[in-house]
Amino acid sequence: MKACGIVHKYGDNVDTDVIIPARYLNSSDPAELAKSCMEDIDPGFVKRVKKGDIMVANKNFGCGSSREHAPIAIKASGISCVIAETFARIFYRNAINIGLPIIECPEAAKDIDAGDTVEIDFDSGMIYNKTKGNEYKGQAFPEFMQKIIAAEGLVNYINQK
Amino acid sequence: MGMTMTQKILAAHAGLPYVEAGQLIEADLDLVLANDITGPVAIHEADKLDKKTVFDKDKVVFVPDHFAPNKDIKSAEHCKCVREYAKEHNITNYFEVGQMGIEHALLPEKGLIVAGETCIGADSHTCTYGALGAFSTGVGSTDMGCGMITGKTWFKVPSAVKVVLTGKPSKWVSGKDVILHLIGMIGVDGALYRSLEFTGDGVANLSMDDRFSIANMAIEAGAKNGIFPVDDKTIAYMEEHSNKQYTIYEADEDAVYDEEYTIDLSVLEPTVAFPHLPENTKTVSEAGEIKIDQVVIGSCTNGRIEDLRTAAEVIKGHKVANGIRVIVIPATQAIYLQAVEEGLVKTFIEAGAIVSTPTCGPCLGGYMGILAAGERAVSTTNRNFVGRMGHVDSEVYLASPAVAAASAVTGKISQPSELGL
Repeated sequence: MKACGIVHKYGDNVDTDVIIPARYLNSSDPAELAKSCMEDIDPGFVKRVKKGDIMVANKNFGCGSSREHAPIAIKASGISCVIAETFARIFYRNAINIGLPIIECPEAAKDIDAGDTVEIDFDSGMIYNKTKGNEYKGQAFPEFMQKIIAAEGLVNYINQK
Repeated sequence: MGMTMTQKILAAHAGLPYVEAGQLIEADLDLVLANDITGPVAIHEADKLDKKTVFDKDKVVFVPDHFAPNKDIKSAEHCKCVREYAKEHNITNYFEVGQMGIEHALLPEKGLIVAGETCIGADSHTCTYGALGAFSTGVGSTDMGCGMITGKTWFKVPSAVKVVLTGKPSKWVSGKDVILHLIGMIGVDGALYRSLEFTGDGVANLSMDDRFSIANMAIEAGAKNGIFPVDDKTIAYMEEHSNKQYTIYEADEDAVYDEEYTIDLSVLEPTVAFPHLPENTKTVSEAGEIKIDQVVIGSCTNGRIEDLRTAAEVIKGHKVANGIRVIVIPATQAIYLQAVEEGLVKTFIEAGAIVSTPTCGPCLGGYMGILAAGERAVSTTNRNFVGRMGHVDSEVYLASPAVAAASAVTGKISQPSELGL
């Protein structure tokens, strides 16, 4: 499986309140949540994002609330993968559980800039920066999590057991 | 190599004699929790599972508290979804408006969680119950929905950061100041993926309400859980509130910790976290002249009876500063009633504050105290992210009930000593 797209870049500690502000949590519809994705940190994101684009951030991405609406909004906005130096742990679990691919890679998070075109090979964990010509090795998922991802989420994984 | 307190609880729930950091385990759950925001998503996911019944109707808890009493039609639909699911599945612990409270104050009060147990909740502040010596952690809705049906979930066994507390805090220093100070020291990702294990002779000088506040904000340092040793105060609390059998786990003497910090409680001062991260801490003495528009006293962090007593003690005999809105939110119905009986509500109302029914409302910018552009609030809540309590150009300063109450009187960030206390 591969992803390829243009990068939207953010800094440290992007919290779930800016990913999807609580004032929109009276809905749990992915398409509706996507309309407000990143609104409080990057109001232009929703208009700019194209299907397959990639989100890159520095440390502790997705910190704060446990709202699964955050990875749901990002996935529904069209983002194909989030790369970060580190993820907050609840966001990390949620992303895997709903089938939003995420990769921890400090080197990539540091080097990749907004607007770069990046390709990710999920099988090898390799990240290719086509704009800069650089490549980075992302952290591979433990086998257990690969099974959840292969089943396209926790619900299917449990049903298959 | 010994195990930490958290590792021992996880090992027992995975049926293993020994676990180590990094190990993936499947653990039995004693309690699974969701609220009106996370519950509908969890129910939607759970309905996709082949198995349709909950693992134990006594071990699943639903608390509509975030946007309840219903703030609008969409929220009302969410609450209805949770209510109907709870009814259909005969859930024992569904708490309707009138019985409900803010979940993390309510569950310990109702005796639903005790030492040695394992709990997941679809709310990040589920880590609060570590104050009782339980392993409890926040998860998302899918994890909650699956846990509610299977009674199990997977965990990566965490390593731990040891926090040694020594000494006795001074009169106006509370658990909130301790946790804000710690987050200021280690940062909002200082304990990422790890346990915060509190220990030391200073623990005995912290009340249960102090410990709930501290464990509650472990997530604000990125921690998987925060946990306290079980002592006489914990046992007295559990015996007062619960009939459940508790189990006391202690960290092994040779347990390994990634890092160790020591905090001398006796030298801590009232502390405030400046916008827009809980790690931006200063003592109130260093804060300077910060004028405010609103004060919120409440939430799963600081809406307990001691918090209200402290705030009332500071505010009593004073009036809220001209133009300042002060919103007091007792965390549960029982706390509310106690506050009425002790005359605390009278004190707040006479001072010019309002007292609301239990709700998470303003903490997450839901309702009941939203900030306009350019406004500032001192709040006893737990997060001060951009836009957390309203407009993206508003500001939240996190502080203790004592500081919030003093600030309500002066109209700027203040501490009780400024009122001659």
